[in-house]
Amino acid sequence: MEADQRSARVTDAVSVRRVHAADIVHIVALDERVTGLAKPDYWHEVFARYGRRRVAGRVFLVAEAHGVKPRAPILGFIIGEVRAWEFGSAPCGWIFALSVEPSARLHGVGQALFDAIAQEFKQSGVGKMRTMVARDNRLLLMFFRSEGMMAGPYFELEKELV
Amino acid sequence: MKLQISSRLAIFALLELAARPDQQVSVAEIGEKYGLSNHHLAKVLHTLARAGLVRSVRGAGGGYQFSGRPRRTTLLDIINLFEEFGSPNASSADAGRTAEEHALREVLHEIDDMACATLSSITIATMRKLIERRRVEKDRPVRLPV
Repeated sequence: MEADQRSARVTDAVSVRRVHAADIVHIVALDERVTGLAKPDYWHEVFARYGRRRVAGRVFLVAEAHGVKPRAPILGFIIGEVRAWEFGSAPCGWIFALSVEPSARLHGVGQALFDAIAQEFKQSGVGKMRTMVARDNRLLLMFFRSEGMMAGPYFELEKELV
Repeated sequence: MKLQISSRLAIFALLELAARPDQQVSVAEIGEKYGLSNHHLAKVLHTLARAGLVRSVRGAGGGYQFSGRPRRTTLLDIINLFEEFGSPNASSADAGRTAEEHALREVLHEIDDMACATLSSITIATMRKLIERRRVEKDRPVRLPV
């Protein structure tokens, strides 16, 4: 029942499509609002690699309000890619960016983006997707957990270079 | 990793109540399902009521009802009502003087940090989904090899 209500809300209010060049300015602004850092060069480069042309296994999607006047042109975006055999891993979909407009959170935007990229990965022929989240990013961790993601079989390790 | 019995009772009780948010569930009913002491469970529910996670309903057919926010209440929120889990203070209590003690503390802190991140990212709503998923998997007919 809850799941039915949720999916109805998602499809009524939010639509997900592939990114366009005109979206990048809004993506830069959204990312700056969320992270406090403006990275226009980075996002243009990401668009060039993941959004400009359709490349198998590369996905860059945006969510926009459907049927109502949105407060922001873009409600959120998600980016991912199918990668194979890195770290010994069989082909798998990686989500490496997800952001939702703060004022539009808890309205199914993240859910719609997550479902859409899962569908894209499935169509690319992989049966698993993964991501990496900062341990102190509680909100994002809670979101991915609520979507059924569990700890995977890898550790992320790092070292200060002195 | 081991949780104190009160933390475990609280998690089970909240999962049970959150599954039936419109109903009042008695202490005896929860106790019977999990084979738990009603006395201990009543004390745990009292603590949960003070934290605003449950409300007690008096009278015939009374019991407890879930009153928290299932998508915001995490396992760590619940555990911290009953025990000090993975806090920096808990780690620094064993702070040693030697390099060996510091090295061991660093490793243990890493483990605590991961446990805290896990427990603080899993909500009651996520646990309910996990339970439903496990139930579906369990009920799925097993296909025997032909």
